[in-house]
Amino acid sequence: MSNLININRNEGDDVAAEPNEGSLVSSLAAVANRAVRIPANVRNAGADLEARGVHAWFGANHVLSDINLAFSAGTVTALIGPSGCGKSTFLRTLNRMHEFIPTAAMAGEVLLDGVDIYEQGTDVTKIRLKIGMVFQKPNPFPSMTIGENVLSGLKLAQLKHSNKSDLMEECLTRAGLWNEVKDRLSAHGGSLSGGQQQRLCIARALAVSPEVLLMDEPCSALDPGSTLRIEETIRHLAESVIVVIVTHNMQQAARVSDYTGFFLSEDGPGRLIEFAPTREIFSRPKDPRTEAYVTGRFG
Amino acid sequence: MAQSTSTQILDPSPGRPWQKSPRQFIPDLVVFVLALAVSEVTVSLTGLRGKIALLSLFTLYSMAGSMVIAFRRRGISAMGNALASSFVYLSVALVALPLFSVVITVISRGVHALRINTFTQDMAATQPDAPFNQGGALHAILGTIVLILLATAISVPIGVLTGLYLTEIKGRAEGLVRFLVQAMSGVPSIVAGLFVYAVWIVGGHGGFSGFSGAVALSILMLPTVARTAEEVLRLVPNDLREAGVALGGTQWRTVVMVVLPAARSGLITATVLGIARIAGETAPLLLTIFGTTAKHFNPFSGPMSALPLYVFQLLQSGLNVAIARAWTGSLVLLAMITVLFTFARVVGGKSKS
Amino acid sequence: MPRFSDRVFRIVVTGGGFTSLVILGLITAFLAYRGFEIFRTFGLHFITNFSWDGGNPDAGVQPSLGIGAMLIGTVVISLVGLFIALPIAVGSALFLTYYSPNWLRKPLTILVDLMAAIPSVVYGLWGFFVLMPHAVYWARLLNRYLGWIPIFNVPMPIFERSPFIAGLVLAVMIIPIITAITREVFAQVPLDRIQAAYALGATRWSMIRAVVLPFGSSGIAGGAMLGLGRAMGETVAVYLVLNLAYKPNFHILFSSGGSIASMIVNKFGEASPFELKGLMAAGLALFVLTLLVNFIANLIVRRTSRTGH
Repeated sequence: MSNLININRNEGDDVAAEPNEGSLVSSLAAVANRAVRIPANVRNAGADLEARGVHAWFGANHVLSDINLAFSAGTVTALIGPSGCGKSTFLRTLNRMHEFIPTAAMAGEVLLDGVDIYEQGTDVTKIRLKIGMVFQKPNPFPSMTIGENVLSGLKLAQLKHSNKSDLMEECLTRAGLWNEVKDRLSAHGGSLSGGQQQRLCIARALAVSPEVLLMDEPCSALDPGSTLRIEETIRHLAESVIVVIVTHNMQQAARVSDYTGFFLSEDGPGRLIEFAPTREIFSRPKDPRTEAYVTGRFG
Repeated sequence: MAQSTSTQILDPSPGRPWQKSPRQFIPDLVVFVLALAVSEVTVSLTGLRGKIALLSLFTLYSMAGSMVIAFRRRGISAMGNALASSFVYLSVALVALPLFSVVITVISRGVHALRINTFTQDMAATQPDAPFNQGGALHAILGTIVLILLATAISVPIGVLTGLYLTEIKGRAEGLVRFLVQAMSGVPSIVAGLFVYAVWIVGGHGGFSGFSGAVALSILMLPTVARTAEEVLRLVPNDLREAGVALGGTQWRTVVMVVLPAARSGLITATVLGIARIAGETAPLLLTIFGTTAKHFNPFSGPMSALPLYVFQLLQSGLNVAIARAWTGSLVLLAMITVLFTFARVVGGKSKS
Repeated sequence: MPRFSDRVFRIVVTGGGFTSLVILGLITAFLAYRGFEIFRTFGLHFITNFSWDGGNPDAGVQPSLGIGAMLIGTVVISLVGLFIALPIAVGSALFLTYYSPNWLRKPLTILVDLMAAIPSVVYGLWGFFVLMPHAVYWARLLNRYLGWIPIFNVPMPIFERSPFIAGLVLAVMIIPIITAITREVFAQVPLDRIQAAYALGATRWSMIRAVVLPFGSSGIAGGAMLGLGRAMGETVAVYLVLNLAYKPNFHILFSSGGSIASMIVNKFGEASPFELKGLMAAGLALFVLTLLVNFIANLIVRRTSRTGH
């Protein structure tokens, strides 16, 4: 399979910023083979992470229906929508955190570099290494110091790294936290402010060099100043990883993202109503429901 | 996947791709079978003998096998994970094994001497080594019932009061009282017996009697009742209390008419758990009721018997027939406790839902 | 101004609440009172003396009472029991919280609770007739292959009714309590930390090591101490499976051990009035010891539940 070639090429090296041909070929081939209806705007040639026909359930409750979305390297994608529209659930299907809820079920495929992460026999821990996550509430490990927190992913997955202090500095710099904590790396994570803790969590997620970073309302527990710092960080991160961010805050989506997907649940499972470049979603949305939402008429 | 064109409109069915498919269990199965075979071979070739040796070898080999599989599939961290999982499964097995062993032995050896007369006769006119169709545990069963009733009568009111103190009055000493209840639950049963002996029997207030045994048992029962009562009283919603007070009721009327009835099934659970805690106590009874072989109903004078004591004293005679009777006594005792326990679970389960 | 009935109510309830204090105080007072003569006669020797000799007034032999050997024995068998029980209990608590399928969790919890409700005398019976034959075989193996370790050494090849076997029975008896307490603490581990670990590519075990065990460490310690306290007070089961000897013995596989609680049962029947006072004093020592262990245990457990949030 061409997919295999592709994954071999990407393994180990840093995430490519430009579209790569392997996945272009494979995803086009896949599209041709399956004839799944994918909206034209989704058929993005450089896609590294792609959801195909993703459905999700909690027990008998169908919460997410037929989501087709592709995320390309070097971009930030925002997922917006009113609460309960399934956008967070969708985000959690992207790195297999969905399955921690005992009643959870799903259907569809999530392709990382052309390979379905739900394929039988996949090592889920490796998937989560490639697709990192930052949560709503900052959650550094309280028993570890700041430095240990940054490197905790290496320890958890038992990865080796030749130069840990360089890695620590690099990740904290990318998360925009280095200057604030470089003199107290051995202090405990809990001693930082909320915003700093969240950037520490970003640095922690970066330390295992993920290809994708999922962020579930990362600023909703933070003050406006910290929010701005994090948004800055997100813009910088987009140069090296695919960022997918779920947010309630439409200004935030407008500020940080290149693409925006609008989710809505109308007396049924949540659906992807519209997906387009962020500028278009906010200036001339095609769907009247999107327009109603972004102009603040509901939600 | 080819069907996706034709079934566009239909939703796919919910799946759990993260669960292992039957095919993925094949390697594990192979490891188990192999481990079993290799341990059989080891047992037949070396000095190790017996079922337990076989089991331990099997455990060891299958642990090693699952670690190798995990390492080959997913590397070093998966190997640690496999080792830890084996350890966790092994510990559950090591918890279940003695429990089942105890229950199965008590049943299988207990039925040996179980006759109708176990429940209808006492041992007053029977030697311990008489045939099983003579004599029984009636005096011990009755003694246990009397003791349980008395101990319940003493400890439940006090236990509920303690619970009420912790939930309704919430005095300054709340922490202290909770702490004392905790400390009391750690009192060794023999110490409770010794204490009653020191106060009651040496003190000349009377000789061995059912009542002194019941007092000793109450000391052991009180903390269980108090703690469970506190838990269930805490579950009574506060608006019920406020409603009672708002209607002009005094606090004590509110508690008696509203709070306690609302927590009734929970308080029954507390009582039954307390009974289950003491029904099998032996040590304090040795020092307080002393034991006898005849039926004896007056708890205020003279030695009594009780099931655990009956078992213990038969054991001490060392005769095979007496030991068989002891197993039967254990069976009756265990059955009694299981029934009580199940009852508490059923009532308690209802009150929580 | 509270009404009269409410004042009575508060007094009665407060009285009930303080019964525990009264009882604990009375236990201490009465055992100390009855054992006073012993402490006056022997002083600290009562604790340090290894022999228990009731004396013989007719032959002019003075009684010499000491619980040193029994005290050491109590600690030895309880530690053996704890050493065996702790890993098993923590393992099963982990299973109940993080490994068990949902349908199995509740029945298993009930089984563990039921295990705690099985009477001591039944465990003793089982320990003597069922466990001991196996345990003697294991003890032989241990002694043959690990005999070079001092505690597995034996002066004579007699393995029945040893501290090892008593410890095994105690382990079975204290596993439920340690499991229950550690399980409660594990259930309090904040979900977001667990998720954070999994989102970083942790396996179940590396998550447990990085998140659950640091969070639950003092809960485990507290549960272990409570189990230790329980083991020290066990009477009848130990009495049936342990060979009491008034001589300290650290060779746990050898058929000689001590336990204050069992000694009280053992001596009670034929004790002279003076020995009876000695037993009261021994009971007081056991009471103080278990109270102390429980006190420390509760302090530790409480600290977890406070700092946990």
